[in-house]
Amino acid sequence: MADAPEHAPKAAVATGPVEPPPPVDAAIPAFITSLQNGVSGSVAQLSLYLGDWTVIVPASHLIEAATYLRDSADCAFDYLSDLTATDWPPRVAEGRFDVIYMLYSTEHRHRVRLKVKIAEDQPLASVTGVWPAANWLEREVFDMFGVNFSGHPDRRRILMPEDWQGYPQRKDYPLEGPGELLMENPLDWLKLRQAREESDIE
Amino acid sequence: MFDTSELVINMGPQHPSTHGVLRVVLRLDGEKVVDAEVVIGYLHRGIEKLSENRNWTQIILLTDRMDYVAAATSNVGYCETVEKLMQIEVPRRAKYVRTVLCELQRIASHCLWVGTHAMDIGAMTVFLYAFRERELILDLFEEFCGARLTYNSMRIGGLPQDIPPGWDKKVLAFCDIMDGKLDEYETLLTHNRIWLERTKGIGVIKGPEATALGLCGPALRGSGVARDVRKDEPYAAYDEMEFDVPVGMVGDTYDRYLVRMEEFRQSLRIIRQATAGIPEGPIVGKVPRLIKPVAGETYHAIESPKGELGYFIVSDGKSTNPYRFRVRPPSFCNLQALPRLVRGHLIADVVALIGSIDIVLGEVDR
Repeated sequence: MADAPEHAPKAAVATGPVEPPPPVDAAIPAFITSLQNGVSGSVAQLSLYLGDWTVIVPASHLIEAATYLRDSADCAFDYLSDLTATDWPPRVAEGRFDVIYMLYSTEHRHRVRLKVKIAEDQPLASVTGVWPAANWLEREVFDMFGVNFSGHPDRRRILMPEDWQGYPQRKDYPLEGPGELLMENPLDWLKLRQAREESDIE
Repeated sequence: MFDTSELVINMGPQHPSTHGVLRVVLRLDGEKVVDAEVVIGYLHRGIEKLSENRNWTQIILLTDRMDYVAAATSNVGYCETVEKLMQIEVPRRAKYVRTVLCELQRIASHCLWVGTHAMDIGAMTVFLYAFRERELILDLFEEFCGARLTYNSMRIGGLPQDIPPGWDKKVLAFCDIMDGKLDEYETLLTHNRIWLERTKGIGVIKGPEATALGLCGPALRGSGVARDVRKDEPYAAYDEMEFDVPVGMVGDTYDRYLVRMEEFRQSLRIIRQATAGIPEGPIVGKVPRLIKPVAGETYHAIESPKGELGYFIVSDGKSTNPYRFRVRPPSFCNLQALPRLVRGHLIADVVALIGSIDIVLGEVDR
């Protein structure tokens, strides 16, 4: 969004999600200790909130950790419930996006949430090879946030039109489009449209 | 002499058998489907983005517009997620009424499914029968909350109003009517030779593959995976209800049909227990006047008629709207499996399979 209009929403104030560490006396579930032992360096941080366990995984270890979680007997996370992202624009050092994987095991009936922090221009390995269910879900995250999944078999927009500019779910995406610009200043809007059409032809 | 090239044809988005605005691009070899590409997004209204700019109460009516044939289930799912985020204790009376509403909604949604699915395959009568009973449920909803399609029937912490006097008796009377009507549907379909020919062995998918593809709800249970959020992660009053989770054996269209037909009966069983056991007491828990959860995030799933309906909500604790509002739409995840299911089948089976996975485009596109 190079030409964000002046009525773009105010920059989000929040600088990141709240990820409270588990209390010292909390019993760590077997699948987390198993992951820690099985793939060294895969658990960067642990969080427990309202009974949900979240494991923050470094982007470099994602595929290894995902494969381990699916295949090892005491994890057996064979079902990818959901895959989504959140956008935290002020967070520059760690990367602005959280990509979140909701995993469920149909065998043990437990849940865990994986979280990967990545920057805007940093590619993230696709998990379609681990869970085929990720195909459309990753397409949606790409469509809405512009997260670049490397190795995805079919990386296209899914809900928005193919020629859409920008990524609607980002926090800095303008809430009102050129419609207002058209009403206030038709000539500017016409110029903008012509410039876009010309760049499309080229 | 014979031309063996593949033919690409377009089905939808304006097509009566696509249940809305679904577009499928089919690659055909004669009458066989070689491959299919599903094109969605025609009904995208940006409900997630809209919700991030509304306050917590205003979102309830946006959730109506996702799965519009089962709006009450979406309401319950959203309200329970916010209650989990704010740690609000919901009174038992509200939990029981929610259970009744969810199950009534499941029957209404399955009625619509059995009617349209059978009509796609060519059985017109079932459609008229099923819509007759769906009407009775809509009447019950109208009496409860005044609306027939988009109910806005839930509030964070409980119910918007108590059930009208005598409503529970009407619900029980409906259950008795429905019992007989289910037999009518089954007489028309279950042993019907044309129905068997059109559904048996069509779109077979086995349990492990269905799980990996992210199928959910009756589509997953038809493949023999006993995954039901009501049993595995009970919400509302389901932990106090007795019911069975039907599963299929083959994983074809016929099994998915049988699973849903049995779900009708299990839903009636739950409704009878829940309606008889609605306890006295308040209908709303202790809810602060300004709904503003502390900073944190949570994921909560419920079993909608289509499958696992999950909400992932992030609150930043500073504003009166969610920082991130994400819906895990069951129809979206089920529709993803369509190209896998139709491959190798005849073009006429495509409509049978679209009906068999029971999608609502309002939820797929949001």
